[in-house]
Amino acid sequence: MSTFLGMPSLAAPGASRRGPAADQTGADRTRVGDDVPHPDAPLRWGETFPDAARAALNNSQLRRNLAHATSTIRAKRAAVVGEVPDWEELRTAGSDLKVRVMADLPALLEEFEKNFTARGGIIHWARDAAEANRIVADLVKATGETEVVKVKSMATQEIGLNEALAAEGIAAFETDLAELIVQLADDMPSHILVPAIHRNRSEIREIFLERMEHTPEGMTDAPRELAMAARAHLRRKFLAAKVAISGANFAVASTGTLTVVESEGNGRMCLTLPETLITVMGIEKLVPTFEDLEVFMQLLPRSSTGERMNPYTSLWTGVTPGDGPQNVHLVLLDNGRTNALADDVGRAALKCIRCSACLNVCPVYERVGGHAYGSVYPGPIGAILTPQLTGSTGHSDPNNTLPFASTLCGACYEVCPVKIDIPSLLVHLRARTVEEDKARHRPTAWGAAMKAASFVMADSTRFATAEKGTAALRLLAGKKKRVTSLPYPGSLWTGARDIPAPPKETFRQWWASTHDDSPTTPEDAS
Amino acid sequence: MRIALAATCLADAMFPQAPQATVRLLERLGHEVVFPPTQTCCGQMHVNTGYFADAMPIITNHVEAFSPVLDDEWDAIVVPSGSCTGSIRHQQAMVCRTQGNEKLAVTAEAVAAKTYELSELLVDVLGVTDVGAHFPHRVTYHPTCHSLRMLHVGDRPLQLLRAVDGIDLVELPDAESCCGFGGTFALKNSETSVAMLGDKMTNVRSTGAEVLTAGDYSCLMHIGGGLSRTRSGVRTMHLAEILASTRTEPAQPPTVGDPGTDRSATSIEVSTR
Amino acid sequence: MSARSEILHRVRAALDGVTGHQGTLPPVAREYRRTGEHAPGSPGAIDLLVDRLEDYKAHVHRVETDEAVTALVGEVLASHFATLDAETGDAARSVVVPAGLATHWVDGLPSGTTVLTDSREAPMTALELDEVDAVVTAARVAIADTGTIVLDGAEDQGRRAITLVPDVHVCVVRTDQVVDSVPEGVAILAEHPDRPQTWISGPSATSDIELSRVEGVHGPRTLHVIIVQA
Repeated sequence: MSTFLGMPSLAAPGASRRGPAADQTGADRTRVGDDVPHPDAPLRWGETFPDAARAALNNSQLRRNLAHATSTIRAKRAAVVGEVPDWEELRTAGSDLKVRVMADLPALLEEFEKNFTARGGIIHWARDAAEANRIVADLVKATGETEVVKVKSMATQEIGLNEALAAEGIAAFETDLAELIVQLADDMPSHILVPAIHRNRSEIREIFLERMEHTPEGMTDAPRELAMAARAHLRRKFLAAKVAISGANFAVASTGTLTVVESEGNGRMCLTLPETLITVMGIEKLVPTFEDLEVFMQLLPRSSTGERMNPYTSLWTGVTPGDGPQNVHLVLLDNGRTNALADDVGRAALKCIRCSACLNVCPVYERVGGHAYGSVYPGPIGAILTPQLTGSTGHSDPNNTLPFASTLCGACYEVCPVKIDIPSLLVHLRARTVEEDKARHRPTAWGAAMKAASFVMADSTRFATAEKGTAALRLLAGKKKRVTSLPYPGSLWTGARDIPAPPKETFRQWWASTHDDSPTTPEDAS
Repeated sequence: MRIALAATCLADAMFPQAPQATVRLLERLGHEVVFPPTQTCCGQMHVNTGYFADAMPIITNHVEAFSPVLDDEWDAIVVPSGSCTGSIRHQQAMVCRTQGNEKLAVTAEAVAAKTYELSELLVDVLGVTDVGAHFPHRVTYHPTCHSLRMLHVGDRPLQLLRAVDGIDLVELPDAESCCGFGGTFALKNSETSVAMLGDKMTNVRSTGAEVLTAGDYSCLMHIGGGLSRTRSGVRTMHLAEILASTRTEPAQPPTVGDPGTDRSATSIEVSTR
Repeated sequence: MSARSEILHRVRAALDGVTGHQGTLPPVAREYRRTGEHAPGSPGAIDLLVDRLEDYKAHVHRVETDEAVTALVGEVLASHFATLDAETGDAARSVVVPAGLATHWVDGLPSGTTVLTDSREAPMTALELDEVDAVVTAARVAIADTGTIVLDGAEDQGRRAITLVPDVHVCVVRTDQVVDSVPEGVAILAEHPDRPQTWISGPSATSDIELSRVEGVHGPRTLHVIIVQA
């Protein structure tokens, strides 16, 4: 299919599923970027991580964009975190609070519900994406409106709300600048905080010129001009909107207060001007008391945008007569969260406050970008969250490859503001995948190799015998003293890396000949 | 001190120069080194790939091989590898518990509490930063991820290197970013691994160093494999090899394509007891 | 089973064996700083606030007296109107204030400026606010460490819409409203947690294009903060 900047061409089926913006498109386009397959399932796009990563690595523009953006944000974060003397204590408190939220979740949910409802808010519960989408669509229809404005929200991305609303004849307009870029391009988000991080300024300019109404004459690719064009484009929508849809960053159980943390003011526009506000939020987003915001409002901005504080944070508690929306709804979403909650180790993934610091420091994410993870939750947090939300559909489930998409370098854990030990969770989920294969009596090549290696490595006599096998590698290495080519699967290594010729003498042979008067294993004799 | 050496399976079979240098160094500093002969491997590869059940016999063997430390047969255990030390300290007991073996978990934790990565042993336990080494070469240091973020060795290896006589130690740009090895990651996600390796090699070459050093031969095997493939002229050596080098017994950087032990005998000769 | 019952049932089943609400979890470690280096309203706190606000490209002014506020509000908006006139031609200019604002603060506006009053009882529409050039309000609290000013909808701060739609926000903060740290600010806000709050840290901004920050998107593109000695 011919695409422009990775946008599906109009002829492609489902080209405009994500919203109304893509309807304003022209005809033929030249392909500039990568193809972004448009998935049916926001948490499972179809390809395995290694396959998707391979494609992404071949896109040098993408790699340049990501390297530039992630190195910028890493430096900003490091600077503002460095100036907080009690950062580690804040992380500990944030982690403790979230652990407590998970442990107390039933009581906190009920407490929140009572307080939010007492102030005129209406709560809806959704077991899964389909139920949440149904609730939102029905609420919008009840207002008689066919257009809604949206604040950037991971929860609504996760349930594919825009597509579901489109199927009901409701047009959802994304108002966050990056979400707008993604929606206009009929693209998918590739980052939790900056969904269009994979686009550079000139690509964004082209998307605006191609697909946004009323772009100013002579608009350059200066970020300021692009932002002003988006301001002009969206202002009409904001002023006329009757219904808005948002997510929430925090929900305070003790007061029934909801919180949205944002930068551009599009959030305030959506949360303040329309008559009806519908918020969709995962059940794990609670914090126990209002005072607990003093922890999270220090941790989140510095970790996410690398600012001391984000420009705007809105807090609302049900309905305030005469100020803001008078019809206030909240959809509390499970959609797999209770699966994660049921796993003693995996539960820690629910502590996440969606700051995206782990993405920005991840050396894997930096090279392959967000789309390779095949989920709206990319990067290290996505690798532990996505497979838990979806569960595994079997051995060939592409989400099974996500926990393996890491070198376990630990950079993510180091920056996580709520101390999620992501490397340990990755290892835990790897073990879960292995156990599931075993339970299905599904033999794998890795399983066989690991079993054989276990037999050898559990005993020093067998190990010493196996070490003699390296003599074959020595032969292969020959005079150049390096192995440069092996058959598969060794080729996965030797494709780009040599292996040095193994030594004539192993360490234990050397030890026996230099230190041991009485060799304890027969292999020690050299 | 009487110090037991965990040579690690990889170094035992492929890179004996690292544990050999560890032995030489510690003996030169006046300590007695013991090699518990039933040791094999810490189980890290199995654990990190998710094969907990298959890791158990290996972990059991490791804990048994080193449990004499609990009877004070040795004062400490040294490992010339950050990632193996990390696995011993942070994973073995966890795996034992998931496999329902609390007793072994407790023993593993006790053994781990006496187990040190080489730079930890030297700086924290033996209280030495100047080990009397001599190594007149241009060197850059790669802090391996597990030594940095699991063990938090901080600048201990650099303290040791700075004290080496004659060394020209140059900073590695973007030093703390992963080299892309990640154990089986290098195979399961080989393209991504190679992309990370490429950036690491670019940074290494930019230093003009003759030698890249680190505290772990797994990462050195990866970066060194790439440097060898690209004929970069940069050699890899374990931190222990540099610290073991002296004026009288100098270690020579191996020539390119000759990173094994096939080099001058002086670098591996040691005084026997 | 209703969705509510089923989800709560799933949560309880998932937590079988985890007994946080029965008090077996360790208490939350609150070892972080609950107060900042500088006392509320102290010169150190004010200096820090100014530094942080300027870092966000907010315009900060410091005055000693209430009369000086009046003069400064007039001066700041006169200058803004002059810029607007130069860009878009002369026009009648207007300012909106919340019903509870100290009215003399807008006594010094350029002649001919219309002053509109907004309240929950007599709210302006979004389209009407879009025609207004600026808004003047007070604040509830200012947090120096993060350069944050919080409005909580009290009568001198007004409905959320009035500080959102107009392109210029002039916010008057008394020195005794300035605290050093986020926890000190939250403690004050916790007195009325049910009020709609807006935390403002500089003019609206975005970093969505290559993560380079651009000030001024949908919210007011210009923020003036006048700090007056209490």
